[in-house]
Amino acid sequence: MSTTTLSTVSQHAPLRLVVAGSVDDGKSTLVGRLLHDSKSILADQYDAVESASRSRGATEFDLALLTDGLRAEREQGITIDVAYRYFKTDRRSFILADTPGHVQYTRNTVTGASTADAAVVLVDVRNGASAQTRRHSALLSLLRVRHVVFAVNKMDAVDWSQDRFEQLQAELHEIARGVGLGDVVAVPVSALTGEGVVRAAPDWYLGRPLLALLEELDTELEDTAEPFRMPVQLVIRPRTAQYPDYRGLAGRVASGRVQVGDVVHASPSGTASTVIAIDTPTGPAEVAVAGQSVTIRLAEELDIARGEVLTTDDPIAVTRVLDAVVTWMGDAPSAARQRVLVKAGTKTVRAMLGPVTDIWDVSELRWTPSSAPLQLNDIGRCTVQLAEDVAIDEYRRLRGTGAFVVVDPATGATLAACMSGADLGALVP
Amino acid sequence: MTIEAAPPLATDVAALRDLESEAIEIIREVVAEFDRPAMLFSGGKDSAIVLHLARKALWPAPLPITLLHVDTGHNLPEVIEFRDRVVAEAGVNLVVARVEEWIADGRLQERPDGTRNPLQTVPLLDTIAEHRFDALLGGARRDEDRARAKERIFSIRDAFGGWDPRRQRPELWHIYNGRHAAGEHTRVFPISNWTELDVWRYIEAEDVPLPSIYFAHERPVFERDGMLLTPGPWGGPRAAETLSTRSVRYRTVGDGSCTGAVESEASTVAQVIEEVTVSRLTERGATRADDRLSEAAMEDRKREGYF
Repeated sequence: MSTTTLSTVSQHAPLRLVVAGSVDDGKSTLVGRLLHDSKSILADQYDAVESASRSRGATEFDLALLTDGLRAEREQGITIDVAYRYFKTDRRSFILADTPGHVQYTRNTVTGASTADAAVVLVDVRNGASAQTRRHSALLSLLRVRHVVFAVNKMDAVDWSQDRFEQLQAELHEIARGVGLGDVVAVPVSALTGEGVVRAAPDWYLGRPLLALLEELDTELEDTAEPFRMPVQLVIRPRTAQYPDYRGLAGRVASGRVQVGDVVHASPSGTASTVIAIDTPTGPAEVAVAGQSVTIRLAEELDIARGEVLTTDDPIAVTRVLDAVVTWMGDAPSAARQRVLVKAGTKTVRAMLGPVTDIWDVSELRWTPSSAPLQLNDIGRCTVQLAEDVAIDEYRRLRGTGAFVVVDPATGATLAACMSGADLGALVP
Repeated sequence: MTIEAAPPLATDVAALRDLESEAIEIIREVVAEFDRPAMLFSGGKDSAIVLHLARKALWPAPLPITLLHVDTGHNLPEVIEFRDRVVAEAGVNLVVARVEEWIADGRLQERPDGTRNPLQTVPLLDTIAEHRFDALLGGARRDEDRARAKERIFSIRDAFGGWDPRRQRPELWHIYNGRHAAGEHTRVFPISNWTELDVWRYIEAEDVPLPSIYFAHERPVFERDGMLLTPGPWGGPRAAETLSTRSVRYRTVGDGSCTGAVESEASTVAQVIEEVTVSRLTERGATRADDRLSEAAMEDRKREGYF
């Protein structure tokens, strides 16, 4: 594959989008609207929802029934779990994570946001910013989602009042500043009628409708200026008659780029060698960039196994103690000295939780000192001791190699989503 | 009818390569982390894609994965022929669980309506247990059904093969957690994020071979519940149903009793892409009777352990 083709790949990656917001702010309706107006709803789905809407006594087509996929969700009219949706416009394809708004499902919001390039946070113009708006904004900031758009919904219910919108817009900018989000945009919409979503909003709004805005956002994969990182997944060694000496390090490039001739370092082992070949799904290539699954061959046969991270000139930290921001997802609270497993990239090691030092106060939007165990959906800070060296970045600098999860060694359950690094940026008061 | 297919836009190809890399990453995680991985292989297009991706993920090493097919005994002969040809060419191990064996020894009862689709679950779970498979790769996609849209890429199944949508693990970044207790297993869906059109565009870009039934051909069919069924051991045509020869193709591969053909003139991949692009019906809505049984048909079957 030529380098020209590779750059084309990264420039047009699908936008991974998370839609968040409080219960009843109209998330499912907005998602239904995006699917419907981008003509991603086919006739049989439409018919099924129409008849379901009627059988529930609804007088109008209930867009939310398109997306609430579980029996319990349709019965209760709420979203319980993340659902993924796909739609395309002429300009871009979208992978959309539709996440629940209830406080008890924050872990699902984190699930949707962890891979998202962009987030749409729904706010009901009649109620203004809620505790969930703050909570979701803080989570999106912590998770370093590149772009955050506030969709100010139900504008039709306030007669598209410019004053109300501008008042709320100011409040949302204030929240964004408080949680350390960079540039954010607010768009007035009515998910119910579709104005401001795909179609243009009223005259007084000079920005573009929501979908047009989303079509132009860049993705993480497009950022080739980041340092090169590739966690090694597998060592491919066929030992077949045809490939007796083939030995390749297989993995997906987490960030940056690497090319034949580069010297790569493996961490934590600390070895180094020169790239002599890169095999991609479409054949040999000179260059590999973020997002690509490749197999890298080196000049020397080094002892590099799964769990190592390949880098070029910008080194990755190697450590046995992690400072972390932890979003707790276990049903039982965390405990100091709790024995756990840490999975960072492709490396899994035994680990022990240190005491909690701070907790994120969602209503005050700041960290407060606390040593209380973390409860389900709490966001806290603690240290984690590791039984072996792990190569890891600061999450705020590199998302792909700065995250880790905490796993219960007995059940395999995922207990926490963690971001490495003590520097929390604007989240520190 | 002549159909001129538009060449894929740059965005389409780029999006495909991103999905391809994601799928390869997922397959490599399975090979690295599990002791006895298997791959569900029905001979359908999604299976064909997953096998194609798995071979790329491990290239140039041979595939360390067993293929598993639950054969209802109601498959079209072209599909079985394709399955065996692909398996021979890929040089992989194939395990076939035959529903008829379970019926023959009384572990399963034939249903009055003749369909064996729901009967697949028990042979599937028995075979997983017998071979102690700890991970099963499958070609299910989230765009197929709204219950599927809720499923994680790594999906833990309990000792009964059941899926509990309320107890799913969060799936964070690209860190996949497939650890499970003894007796449980993990189902893994590398092409979760692909749509039907992505699959067809990838088949075109990579020249992936498929069973002939995916392309327009003349076939005697009869109509039942708005679907075109082929006569076979599953019954039909019944008294009021008449047989007629039409130009059809299949959009999915499944049990002959509930998988219908659609009228079509599309005989090449490019023509199929054109047809899928303008179709106003979803893949399963058009041709799968099993998903029409109730509003939550897929969810209910998945809770019982169906793939």
